[in-house]
Amino acid sequence: MSAGVIARTPAATSSGVSAATPAATSAGVVAKTPAAPLPVETPEVAEAPDIEDVPEIDRPWVTVVWNDPINLMSYVTWVFQKLFGYSKDKAEQLMLDVHHKGRAVVSSGARERMEFDASRLHEHGLWATVTRE
Amino acid sequence: MFRRDGEHCTARFSAEEVKVLRQVATEVVALLTDGFDRADPVVERLFPDVYPDDPEATSDYRQFTDGELKTAKIDQAGAILAILPSSGGADIVLDEESSEAWLRALNDVRLALGTRLEVRDDTDLEAELDDAVLHDPTSARVGQLSLYAYLGYLQESLVEALTTG
Repeated sequence: MSAGVIARTPAATSSGVSAATPAATSAGVVAKTPAAPLPVETPEVAEAPDIEDVPEIDRPWVTVVWNDPINLMSYVTWVFQKLFGYSKDKAEQLMLDVHHKGRAVVSSGARERMEFDASRLHEHGLWATVTRE
Repeated sequence: MFRRDGEHCTARFSAEEVKVLRQVATEVVALLTDGFDRADPVVERLFPDVYPDDPEATSDYRQFTDGELKTAKIDQAGAILAILPSSGGADIVLDEESSEAWLRALNDVRLALGTRLEVRDDTDLEAELDDAVLHDPTSARVGQLSLYAYLGYLQESLVEALTTG
C-alpha cells in the first residue's frame, strides 16, 4: 500500500540494512542537538618536493560547486547569496558558470574555511568539493 | 504554492498535498536514520565526497562533519513535519527561518527523488511523464514524476516568495 516514493527498493524492506537498529525514527525528527561549532580539522601538510617553488599563499584552497541536473537555478542563486553574502548579480553569474561550465569556484582561502563552506553547501544540497587551485 | 504575505511566506495545502509532503519528508528522515546506507546513490548525492581524488582526506572530513550534516538534514525535514498537520488540509505561515528550513528540506526531497528517477541535464520531464503515462498511467513512475514536478514548482514558489520580500 504505502510503498515509498523515495524508498530504494519499493515494497521491499529487505535491502540489507542489518546492523542498523530500527531506532525511534520519529524521535529523530524533533530531536535538536545544540548547534556545536564545526570541528576544524588540522590539515596534514603533505611535503611534496615539487610544490616548494610556489609559495603556499599563491595556491589557495578553493571550494568548487558542480553542476547538478536537479537543483533549481533560483535556489542555487539564493544559496550563494545567503552563504557568501554575494550580490544577486554575482550569485547569478556564479550559478550560470556552474550551469554552463559544469563547475565554478565559489570561495577560496584557508583549507579549514573551505571545508566549512563545503559543509554548509552540503547542508543546502549543493554538490561541493574542496581542492587546491 | 507559496506567496509572500508581509514578513511571511504562506501557502494553502490540500489534504492530499499535506499527506504527500509528510510522506516524502518522513522518507528522507528514514533514509538518514535506520535506512542510512553509504552505497545508496541518494546518500552519495546528499553527502558528496569533499575530496573526490583523496578518499583518505574525505574520510577524515566525514568523521567530523557527517553527524552534523545528518542532524541538519533531519532537522530540515522535521521543519516540514512540525508545521504540517497530521492530516487534512492546512494554511501554513512560515517565518524567514522556517522558510529557509523548508527550502533546504524540499531540496533534499527533490535530490532524493530526482536521483531515484535518474534525472539528468537533458531530461525532459514532460516527455518522460507523457511516456510513462502511455505505458501505464497507474505506474509508480507516473506518480513519482508528477510528484517531482510538483515539488519543483513548490520549491520555486518558495524561493520567489522568500526573495521578493
